Amino acid sequence: MTIFYTFIFLPLISAMLVPLLYKYLNRRVHTGWFVLLVPLSIFIYLLQYIPGVAAGNTYKYTLSWIPSLDMNFTSYVDGLSLLFGLLISGIGTLVIIYSIFYMSKVREALHSFYVYLLMFMGAMLGLVFSDHLLVLYGFWELTSVSSFLLISYWYERKSSRQGALKAMLITVLGGFGMLAGFIMLIMMADTYSIREMIANLDVIQGHTLFIPAMLCVLLGAFTKSAQFPFGIWLPDAMEAPTPVSSYLHSATMVKAGIYLVARMTPLFGGSSVWFWLVAGIGLVTLLYGSLTALRQTDLKAMLAYSTISQLGLIMCLLGIGSLAIYFGPGDSGTVFTVATFAALFHLFNHSTFKGSLFMVVGIIDHETGRRDIRYLGGLMQVMPITFTIALIGGLSMAGLPPFNGFLSKEMFFAAVNDVSQSGIFGLSNIGILFPIIAWVASIFTFVYCLIFVFKTFGGTYRPEKLTRKVHEAPWGMLFSPAILALLVILIFFFPNVLGKYILTPALTAILPTMPISPYDLKISPWHGPNMELLMTIGVIVIGFLLFKTMKRWIQVLRNYPQGLTLNHWYNQGLSGTEKLSASLTNRYMTGSLRHYLIYIFSFFVIVLLSSLLLQHGIQFDTSNDAVISIFDAGLVLGMVIAALTVLLAGNRIMAIAALGALGYMVSMFFVIFRAPDLALTQMVVETVTTVLFLLCFYHLPKLEKRIERVPFKLTNLIISIAMGLTVTLLALSANGHKLFEPISSFFENAYELAGAKNIVNAILVDFRGFDTMLEISVLAIAGLGVYVLVHQRSKRREQRETE
Amino acid sequence: METLMVILVGILVSIGTYLILSKQLLRIVLGISIVGHAVNLLIITSGGLKTGSAPLLGEKAAGFTDAIPQALVLTAIVINFAVTAVVLVLCYRAYQSFGTDDMEQLRGDEHE
Repeated sequence: MTIFYTFIFLPLISAMLVPLLYKYLNRRVHTGWFVLLVPLSIFIYLLQYIPGVAAGNTYKYTLSWIPSLDMNFTSYVDGLSLLFGLLISGIGTLVIIYSIFYMSKVREALHSFYVYLLMFMGAMLGLVFSDHLLVLYGFWELTSVSSFLLISYWYERKSSRQGALKAMLITVLGGFGMLAGFIMLIMMADTYSIREMIANLDVIQGHTLFIPAMLCVLLGAFTKSAQFPFGIWLPDAMEAPTPVSSYLHSATMVKAGIYLVARMTPLFGGSSVWFWLVAGIGLVTLLYGSLTALRQTDLKAMLAYSTISQLGLIMCLLGIGSLAIYFGPGDSGTVFTVATFAALFHLFNHSTFKGSLFMVVGIIDHETGRRDIRYLGGLMQVMPITFTIALIGGLSMAGLPPFNGFLSKEMFFAAVNDVSQSGIFGLSNIGILFPIIAWVASIFTFVYCLIFVFKTFGGTYRPEKLTRKVHEAPWGMLFSPAILALLVILIFFFPNVLGKYILTPALTAILPTMPISPYDLKISPWHGPNMELLMTIGVIVIGFLLFKTMKRWIQVLRNYPQGLTLNHWYNQGLSGTEKLSASLTNRYMTGSLRHYLIYIFSFFVIVLLSSLLLQHGIQFDTSNDAVISIFDAGLVLGMVIAALTVLLAGNRIMAIAALGALGYMVSMFFVIFRAPDLALTQMVVETVTTVLFLLCFYHLPKLEKRIERVPFKLTNLIISIAMGLTVTLLALSANGHKLFEPISSFFENAYELAGAKNIVNAILVDFRGFDTMLEISVLAIAGLGVYVLVHQRSKRREQRETE
Repeated sequence: METLMVILVGILVSIGTYLILSKQLLRIVLGISIVGHAVNLLIITSGGLKTGSAPLLGEKAAGFTDAIPQALVLTAIVINFAVTAVVLVLCYRAYQSFGTDDMEQLRGDEHE
């Protein structure tokens, strides 16, 4: 295992140590300090790839897993995976520092918390570095599972459990869709590797499964990245502790869908379906998220919807950027290459400002005990540092200079303007909708950013509405958001450093065929008076007016009927499904053993008989049969009589005796069939069984001649005759088709191989020795079971007697 | 001979199934035993009957009967015995605890 894999699996390996550290050291040192080393070392390790990747290299590693099935953990370190790797480990480091101060080491179950968090980190790293589609899928689902565990971390709360369930149901549904899409891709390209698929583009793009595979893959990406209408799980996921919301549900996990779309762009990009779905759904999500965020009163819910809308924005940019592949190298192509570049830029910016904003909400929650803007206000005077951070993050999200959000929002406006003029895929008619919707959504975004900052920190301070005495947060909680806020400003002033070393290599990975010149990708805050600048000024003016007049219109939004929300439909659908499946299940799961047996037997008969008939398998061949002696015929007759006696016997002793007789006759058959070992074993076992029956029957009630209803008997009769008939037909047909030579000749050299002259014994104790050993364990377990069942009884009786 | 044995197996399976479907615990155990015998006979029949001498190398015979079904059946006999023992004791315990051996009365509650 190379050093690379050591670092990728470091979170998963160290997760095993966390419970121990917690148990022995948590009283003295917060467990988080140990966990902190994990993302920090991964981050530092990944940093050293930057120069190489920026120079255009990619690094390939392979870890053999199941080579015979072509299942290997193949990794490519390219710009895109490195960008995500750095985000995961970098934000992970900051989040863990923050969590050390947020999660009390006395009250919280830190061992589970950090195990889940490390599990997520490992899964996410595996996801972005995996080139093997099925391995990628495995890590993808592992992120869903760890997200489920983290959302339900405070599992004693009902809302946490429900939120976790919702997130799980929706993301796993998408995951299954994605798996189906992956399988189609694998079938088309006959490889598991994403790179090899991209190399064999022609085979995939001409295939009939191209569109179905695309839809399935997008289902996975859209559910994970909370796109409309699947985004409803994200607000409920806010029940998780704030470090988790900041890490999983804004900076990393929800961007896995973005990652997938970016990764798949070379495969699917350039087709109109891909463009309309990715860009269209992204745009709708942008509008829906920003509008819904406006009417939230809970700060965390507001940020959740804002995350949904920002993810929509990135998705939309990726969709627009995929047009670069349609146009190919050239002027139009370059315009849309820049759009993809803007997507990556905004992805990075969003992680910085949204991460810091979530941490600010965590601080407010932690210090005041409230997250509702109706109770908050005026915190500026008690928490000046927190306010500064919130201001930086909030204005960056609103798209104002001098913050990084301004740069990427300008680029977004430029991209929607370009796409409305491109005139392909029917855009000449409705392309104008792109800039309009983007502009309206940006106004909403601007307004909720102002609400977020100024309804919390501005206005009058009302300590009487708060449950705690408020003061500034400890330095440890301010450290991480302050670093992120610093990044927000630094990126505004030096965007091209980020662009050159991190974003351009990632762009190369998404659009490998496009020529990329550093001149086109130069980010600058001032482009002269153009359309984008006008749009931004419009956003600021109208947004400010709306904010000032908020009291007049906010109630209209907040009174939006509950029955028309997506959440309501989700709940209705869920409870309806539960009711339906409960009534359906109760109809056949009756609790009666007999009914279940009837299902089993009927299934047996139906499946076997119908397949025999359909395959024309019924064929008799009696030519090879051995001769029947009178003795054989007599035994057969005797066995039928004995079996009938068991069936019709009026008392227990007779039935048991008849069963014993049946068993002894079976052992006689074994003698005739040249099987001395079987005959001996059968004789012994039959004797013991009969004794056992006789011992037990003393304690069991008499066989009663019950008068059963006719339908009851008739059902039993039909099923049992059908069973007998099926077995007979099957065995006769098997006898009629001798498809293979017997392999028993192999065992005839038992003496040379095993030193045994008895072939049957050699098979049992030598050739199939393991089977026999396990068989003996079955016997031992059965013996224990019998002993316990009998012994437990007598113990209880003793207890009763002593009472 | 094979055909005759197969028909015998069919009859035994029918009788066993009928017993298994009845309501009384003891009958169910008897039914399981009978089906077990039937299956053993079926397996041994599937290897061909009376085709050679017993699979003992010391016999110096020209040919042996198929040893594989015999090995399988030997395992099956022993496992059958274990199953019968457990089921019997289970019946005994069920009867001691619930005071009935009627499957209809032993069934679980409607909403459990």
